[in-house]
Amino acid sequence: MSSSNYTLLTILGCGLATWLSRVIPFILLKKFSLPEKLVDFLSFVPIVIMSALWFSNLLLAKPGHLPQFNLEYVLASIPTFAAAIISKSLLVIVLVGMVSLAVIRLI
Amino acid sequence: MDSSLTKRAAVIDAIPTVFGYVGIGMAFGIIGKASGFSTLNVFLMSVIIYAGSAQFTTVSMLAAGSPIASIILATFLVNSRMILMSTTVARYFKKDNLGKGILIGTFLTDESFALSINKVNYTSGKMTFDWFNTANIVSYITWLIATLIGSLLGSFVTSPEKFGLDFALVAMFIGLLYLQVVGDKKLQKLLQVIVIAITFVLTYLLTIVLPANMVVIVVTLIGCSLGMVLKYVFF
Repeated sequence: MSSSNYTLLTILGCGLATWLSRVIPFILLKKFSLPEKLVDFLSFVPIVIMSALWFSNLLLAKPGHLPQFNLEYVLASIPTFAAAIISKSLLVIVLVGMVSLAVIRLI
Repeated sequence: MDSSLTKRAAVIDAIPTVFGYVGIGMAFGIIGKASGFSTLNVFLMSVIIYAGSAQFTTVSMLAAGSPIASIILATFLVNSRMILMSTTVARYFKKDNLGKGILIGTFLTDESFALSINKVNYTSGKMTFDWFNTANIVSYITWLIATLIGSLLGSFVTSPEKFGLDFALVAMFIGLLYLQVVGDKKLQKLLQVIVIAITFVLTYLLTIVLPANMVVIVVTLIGCSLGMVLKYVFF
């Protein structure tokens, strides 16, 4: 197989895998209702996914060792979190976060 | 963010996420180019796969010449959290026709998911196809343009991190998490804080034993289960 076919097939396969995980729940839920236990489980998905995405970005994995903290990201998280409390505006939070990290890297 | 669910409101609500997409999308374009892929292939990845972290995985595995099946499996695993998000969102579209649901699902992302979950706190639980679809399309177009610019700039920009762009996405998750905790009226605040603390410990511990791209999904499955148990036993 030529290298361009290999790349293209992989892209198509990955696209299909991603699309199916996005769409199948919509198809299944059209036919079935969710059991109450699962609804309770899902009520935790937003906070757990968002914190997991945040925390995993703060850690630098080292196979066989304890993870190190990405100090720049940890420090930048502090003003970002403060901005969240004060402004409650996503736009302000994102801007404060980016500026904080840029400033930390300058220091 | 307010209770309006019009297309116009969706565009305004989606603006903060645009920064995240621009940062990561450009970074992806630059990295894709740096890994030896053509602008067309880099762009196609964003058009067809449309999944930030999975695209980074795909690029690195393709560059390493991994077998197609293992790249696809990795993509599926990295994106398996989409199943949970999609399941969460699908409940709001049970009354709409399937075509609309599939359209929402097709363009669903971490960001539009989180944004919509927040929005629902302002609309007393209501969600519309117009709002969600518009937010999704704004995200998709931004992602494509950012990737294209990134891959074109690929040969010039060597340090996108100078502008703090790589933190845009993390900052957004911090903001969305905070707004979610403050806005959620169904779960008790103390329970939420405990679950977040547990998530932190789980993320740390699982980072030791699992490959990076598996951590989020496994943490989510365990964290939500523990949250559910805590809710039944103590709250």
